[in-house]
Amino acid sequence: MKKLSKEFKKNLLEKLIKIRLFEEKTIELFQKAKILGYLHPYIGEEAVAVGACSALKKNDYIVSTHRGHGHCIAKGADIKKMMAELFAKETGYCKGRGGSMHIADTELGMLGANGIVAAGLPIAVGAGFSCKMDNDGKVVASFFGDGASNNGVFHESLNMAAIFGLPVVFICENNRYAISMCSDDSVACKDISKRSSAYDMPGLTVDGSDVVQVYDAVTDAVENARRGKGPTLIEAKTYRFYGHHPNDPAEYRDKKEENYYKNKKDPVKNFKEKILAEKVMDKDEIDKIQDSIRQEVEKAVVFAMESREPDLEKFLEEVKNI
Amino acid sequence: MRQIEYREAIREAVIEEMERDPKVFLIGEDIGVYGNIFRTYKGLLGRFGRKRVINTPISEATITGAGVGSALTGYRPVVEIMYVDFTALAMDQIVNQAAKIKYMTGDQLNVPMVIRTQGGSGNGVAAQHSQCLEAWFYHIPGLKVVAPSTPYDVKGLLKTAIRDDNPVIFIEHKMMYLLKGPVPDEEYTIPFGLAELKKEGKDITIVTYSQMVHKALAASEKLAEVGIDCEVIDLRTLVPLDIEKIVVSVEKTNHLIILTEACERGSVASDICARVSKEAFDYLDAPVEIIAGLNTPIPFNYTLEQASIPQVEGIVKIVKEVLNK
Repeated sequence: MKKLSKEFKKNLLEKLIKIRLFEEKTIELFQKAKILGYLHPYIGEEAVAVGACSALKKNDYIVSTHRGHGHCIAKGADIKKMMAELFAKETGYCKGRGGSMHIADTELGMLGANGIVAAGLPIAVGAGFSCKMDNDGKVVASFFGDGASNNGVFHESLNMAAIFGLPVVFICENNRYAISMCSDDSVACKDISKRSSAYDMPGLTVDGSDVVQVYDAVTDAVENARRGKGPTLIEAKTYRFYGHHPNDPAEYRDKKEENYYKNKKDPVKNFKEKILAEKVMDKDEIDKIQDSIRQEVEKAVVFAMESREPDLEKFLEEVKNI
Repeated sequence: MRQIEYREAIREAVIEEMERDPKVFLIGEDIGVYGNIFRTYKGLLGRFGRKRVINTPISEATITGAGVGSALTGYRPVVEIMYVDFTALAMDQIVNQAAKIKYMTGDQLNVPMVIRTQGGSGNGVAAQHSQCLEAWFYHIPGLKVVAPSTPYDVKGLLKTAIRDDNPVIFIEHKMMYLLKGPVPDEEYTIPFGLAELKKEGKDITIVTYSQMVHKALAASEKLAEVGIDCEVIDLRTLVPLDIEKIVVSVEKTNHLIILTEACERGSVASDICARVSKEAFDYLDAPVEIIAGLNTPIPFNYTLEQASIPQVEGIVKIVKEVLNK
């Protein structure tokens, strides 16, 4: 395990809390029908995005998924612009044209979330080619789920990244369910990380509820990638606390299993406890951080609600040039 | 002016653009030493090296996605999909990714990518290697579609495609790679959305593109012998479409035939027909006629294959019918 400074741990906790509170708020707003469309909460998986993105530099690239809010926040996205996008406002990241599944931020190397499962992997390969041609040490982190690992392009992408030695870290968030399909019934091997052996690249499985474990694994993979040693496949075993979306009761899941993850594998709660136990911060300090983030989220909601709708006339003008 | 082959014109365009802009690179199957199955890229690996001539495994979706990803991060990939038929394997990356990323991200990102591919029948390679699928791409907002008919056009349009900041589907025709035509030594580009008047005429307008341009010209020569004066328009790009040029021509000739090798159902020709019927209705003296491929998978047998797509004799016959001559 790598030695982490207090400041760094504090930062990890802040990010974990930020994702949790942002997502809790979006669920609340979704259920009140203030946010429309699709919403795929990241609650339960926060440690994967935070651990992984904390191992990246600002100008490294990430390619995200339909469950992408966590990746955006962990990479440093502005939650005001995220919230405004969820409210479909002109001030949102995508000017209200993209929504939850398409948030991108070029300043932060965020090449976009994606509404198509597994579609981000080939795009990550392409960004990997760019990094290799640029030869400036940049790397790409490609997030995807257990469901995506069954899609053809997962295999094409790992193969191609391996052949060309591309600086891509493939991060599989195995949350056990692709909508309702359990990975026990859809993945032919116990650990998705084993699939790396077919492409002669390193593969490892980590506890995706443990932010430090994820950080350590991704840091090593990123270092290898930067040194021209090619791609790595990391499987982070994780769990989404909600259904596929907030209104999905997830009847396909065993309640015992759900309770186990919610009680024992809560990435935010566990890291808070660890920080308290290690005396990195005391409870008051954590509460303070929490309050301040809560306020930031509220401000984002106000910003989003007060922002203007996209202009219809402008839209009709734009369409002529597509 | 010197005469060069269609495929040599492609090669020249690629070389010029790669020399002009270090961000342009090639990616696709069998484009290494082999130089592409039609030898379009002959010698380019040696000239530009492995970093800029990326010879890939058979992974159309990931080849295309790699094009998208590299385009998002500062490069200008020229992706090659060996047959337009194989784009079926890459459709998610073309339709859901390349075509939409700029829009979905509120113009933060864009995809300056060309997909070079080729289609059409004529050499007995049957149903999975002979299709004309331009309508698939024509249908998708966010894609440009180019279908050049001559060495001159293929060079000028490919250079424009490579410089375009958004995805371009560039569909060549397999029966034209050896076609020779005049191409100047000096550099030039051809803007998109500018159809070319191939032959002026007063009796009837034939609008077409790609290989069918040559059949339209051959038919119009035969028709001239019986006193019918055809105007032939080569669209060159289907998106953007030079509808004005078609309308202006119809205002003059009052008769329109749209000629395509693609099967008729759901074709680009059908769409042009709908648009012209609306925009030039008052000028039409007869219903717009579409001459298209049959709604069939392309058969292997030569006679049947030829019967599946428009031929010169058929075009001549239909022109006479439209004009009641």
